[in-house]
Amino acid sequence: MKIIIPIKRVLDPYTQARVDKQTQMVDLTNAKMAMNPFCEIAVEEALKLKESGAASETIAVSIGTDKTVDTLRTALAMGIDRAIFIKTEGDLDLQPLHLGKILASIIKREEAGLVIMGKQAVDNDNNQTGQIISGLLDYSLGTFISKFSLSDDAQSVEVSREIDSGIEIRQLNLPAIVTVDLRLNEPRYASLPNIMKARSKPLETIELSSLDIDVSPRVKVISVIESGTKDRAAKQVSSAKELLEELAQMGVL
Amino acid sequence: MSALVLIELHGAEISANSRAAVTAATQLSDTVDALVLTNDAANATAVAAISGINTVKVIADSVLEHVSAGIASKLIAGVMTDYQYLVAGSATYSKNIIPVVGALLDVQPITDVCEVKSANTFVRPLYAGNIMATVETCDVTILLTVRPTEFEHAEDGGSATVEQLSVDVPESNSTFVSLQESQSERPELTTAERIVSGGRGLGSQENFALIEQLADKLDAAVGASRAAVDAGFISNDYQVGQTGKVVAPKLYMAVGISGAIQHLAGMKDSQVIVVINNDADAPMARIADLVWNTDLFGAVQELIDNA
Repeated sequence: MKIIIPIKRVLDPYTQARVDKQTQMVDLTNAKMAMNPFCEIAVEEALKLKESGAASETIAVSIGTDKTVDTLRTALAMGIDRAIFIKTEGDLDLQPLHLGKILASIIKREEAGLVIMGKQAVDNDNNQTGQIISGLLDYSLGTFISKFSLSDDAQSVEVSREIDSGIEIRQLNLPAIVTVDLRLNEPRYASLPNIMKARSKPLETIELSSLDIDVSPRVKVISVIESGTKDRAAKQVSSAKELLEELAQMGVL
Repeated sequence: MSALVLIELHGAEISANSRAAVTAATQLSDTVDALVLTNDAANATAVAAISGINTVKVIADSVLEHVSAGIASKLIAGVMTDYQYLVAGSATYSKNIIPVVGALLDVQPITDVCEVKSANTFVRPLYAGNIMATVETCDVTILLTVRPTEFEHAEDGGSATVEQLSVDVPESNSTFVSLQESQSERPELTTAERIVSGGRGLGSQENFALIEQLADKLDAAVGASRAAVDAGFISNDYQVGQTGKVVAPKLYMAVGISGAIQHLAGMKDSQVIVVINNDADAPMARIADLVWNTDLFGAVQELIDNA
């Protein structure tokens, strides 16, 4: 069984996003970039399946400008077998529906039995792409998973989904799309020898334009503002009594 | 043009996020209907009492109690021919389903809407809420999830018509096995007026019990930072933040939480923020109204004794 792992290059999650005053867009020039943390977890889970003998091949896919190759190389250095780079002309505002269509075409081409991906990217926080792929391909879907096990006959997977009311356990027929949550695993680091080895692993480049998918934006960003967090007065208190009195005065107790 | 609200039920109970979705829908359309996918058609009665709803459409089938996104999206897409808008409250229920509906209708859904600017223009957060973007959609059919903390929750007081739809429920390619429900007598996190939240600073699951005791004293819900969840102090459904729940209570008391931007994203709109920590330099203190820098175990115990 082939596993496809779509991954995304994002602003480093520990970096504060800033708005460029001139372009009125989020400024990513010279910003520190990284693999989306949820994608790292997806890569780790795919590697575990490969190591257990359940997967024949692991394939990472990413979409973007030439810099995206760095992120694919990171996945290869972690242990992924090969990479597919969907190359865009310049920075396109690709939205989950576009990404879903692009990825669905690759998943079909590769006849992948399983797609493992992050539940959301920490830049746009959409939490949509995996769900959209499942809708386009009519594959079974397990979102927000924190546990994963393949059945003995390799026909289905059982997943634990972290939902608002607790943990839902679902059995998914294959082929399936799963989107991973934070507690699924602890992603490995790429070792130096593996980083070297990754350079010679196969990386196929496909021009986005050759896929014949309409990528005109459906949703346009009109403007962005930094909302961040506003500093507050931070009055110091020094006893429980004082704190409770303050809260009573504020009318919140 | 009319709007359809996807209602989330827990048993017979209406999720608070659905009431926020009704309010958002009334800002978009004069005619707001609701759609209920349930195992028991009787559950629609409570939905019909929500103020602002015209007609409640009900699809009842035993598999719909724990519906798969595949089935739900096909049923919703079938109903959407009569509507311009589909609105749902942001929650794992809607985030699982709405994007699949988007795929079926060839629509780009908009996640976590915080404000309705016009018929096709909305404000939504990016980068864990550090950026707020105003976005305009050119899709004819518009699919939205809305932040339950940003819209009033529609109260009861209406008397909508209930219409039961007889449709064939499609085959599913996934099967519900079980639900391990978090049992709690405390207020629900996303709708609580008061929240006591604990972080890594508590050090252990045993110590985290102090947070629960204090919450009970203050009639508050319990929350946690991602670090506390990752350390195994408490389960993930208590997590507040970018990838957990977004809350805006009257009182948010953060105990032993350093204040990563991902956590602040989930609680920065709280009315009064109290920080109890032994680290005076932690970023959490900057957004606090009241700060108590002290040994946090002693402080929590003192609060439990005095509250």
